[in-house]
Amino acid sequence: MANKVIVETNINGDPVELLCEPRQSLLEVLRDVLELTGSKEGCLTGDCGACTVVIDGRPVCSCLMLGVEATGKKITTIEGLAAGASLHVLQQKFLENASLQCGICTPGFLMSAKALLDRNPNPTEAEIRYSLAGNLCRCTGYDKIVRAVTDAAAAMAGRGRPAHGTVPSETASGMAGEMLAKGEVK
Amino acid sequence: MHAINYEAPKSLDEAVKLLAAHGEKARPLSGGTDLLIQLRAGTRRPEFVVDIKEIPELARISFSLQHGLKLGAAVPCIAIHENGDMRKYYPGLTEAAHLIGSLQIQSRATVGGNLCNGSPAADTTPALVALGAQARLAGPKGERIVPVDGFCLAPGRTVLQPGELLVELQIPAPERHASDAYLRFIPRNEMDIAVVGVGAALSLDVSDDRVVEARIGLGAVGPTPIFAAEASKSLIGKTLDAAAIERAAKLAVAAATPIDDMRGTAEFRRHVVGVLTRRTLAIAAERARAANQR
Repeated sequence: MANKVIVETNINGDPVELLCEPRQSLLEVLRDVLELTGSKEGCLTGDCGACTVVIDGRPVCSCLMLGVEATGKKITTIEGLAAGASLHVLQQKFLENASLQCGICTPGFLMSAKALLDRNPNPTEAEIRYSLAGNLCRCTGYDKIVRAVTDAAAAMAGRGRPAHGTVPSETASGMAGEMLAKGEVK
Repeated sequence: MHAINYEAPKSLDEAVKLLAAHGEKARPLSGGTDLLIQLRAGTRRPEFVVDIKEIPELARISFSLQHGLKLGAAVPCIAIHENGDMRKYYPGLTEAAHLIGSLQIQSRATVGGNLCNGSPAADTTPALVALGAQARLAGPKGERIVPVDGFCLAPGRTVLQPGELLVELQIPAPERHASDAYLRFIPRNEMDIAVVGVGAALSLDVSDDRVVEARIGLGAVGPTPIFAAEASKSLIGKTLDAAAIERAAKLAVAAATPIDDMRGTAEFRRHVVGVLTRRTLAIAAERARAANQR
């Protein structure tokens, strides 16, 4: 059954009118209808983050959203990150830090990192790790990714490369967890 | 995924009419973080998906100390954490919403959807139960208000009738020295399904540290979220000392009816109910003593 509908949205700064089936996820629409294949299909359950795009400033798993829900939204995909041949500083820092091996997770990591830096240009390492926690990488061990985002934030702020090497201690979850960690309650 | 029809009504009336017209063939769509997975797996097969996020009434957080909280069914978890009133007056519910999945998930998932999905391990439901939340429903026969305690009937099953829709969650304004807390146990640091979750809400008379009101909600230790009535009642009128907390924790353990599964044994879960009850009560009490909201 192909009851296709028209969706008017904005992708990477351009108004887009597209035709899709209501059952198609945004990820399917991006990849199969618009041939924007930079967003990757990983788990299809919202666990791995490989399909992350930024919608109205927030990171979203495009596999867990219908294409029709994109109506009226502003979407940034990995294809919108570089300006022509000029890489985004995040992409540049991922290359410099060798923050990828197989590369499948990289577009998702870059979009989560972009959503973070757009909101918080000077994140702590803990904030970077928290913001990237919805993206899984089975190759790098994450440290090089965290370094790249730290470097990108520093470069965007016109600072030099900061010292590295601190890994935050394990903490319990949430605000109550923070109180536990600080020893405010037993 | 099977073919679906998609509607995004702009008003509650329109949504109720659409859902009423299609009954069991329709399913409301909020954040979609459960529904899309269920559609893909074929465990739910609605012909009509009714997106409720375009309805202004369902997409807002409205709070005042006079009227309390109205939390729209389509408000994403991230908007709760970003809301100063939510963090100040309902920190337990806020931390429960902020524990669900990654930022990608929190950008979409809603507390309303968490409730309507009917999982016994839903993080925000014990927090809602602790706060004495009520659910405003709209359906073909009109509107009704039901307590969140009792909303879930079995795993994946709720009191929602075919064509009926959750509009908002209503929570009374906190008393002067009142607050809440939510903790869950998972075997990882973040992003897992609760092995045990406990929400506690307390109102104190700070002149003698006596408990005026107490409610404890339990998650993942029974087929539905549980209101630990005896444990809650045991605290009322008592000074909140170690003995009172210990007694409440024992009664909370007695209220749990967990099973053995891949996430933990029943015996372990009972133990953790006691631990988390003590901790959430201590955190809620500390917050309530510090609060001075009227």
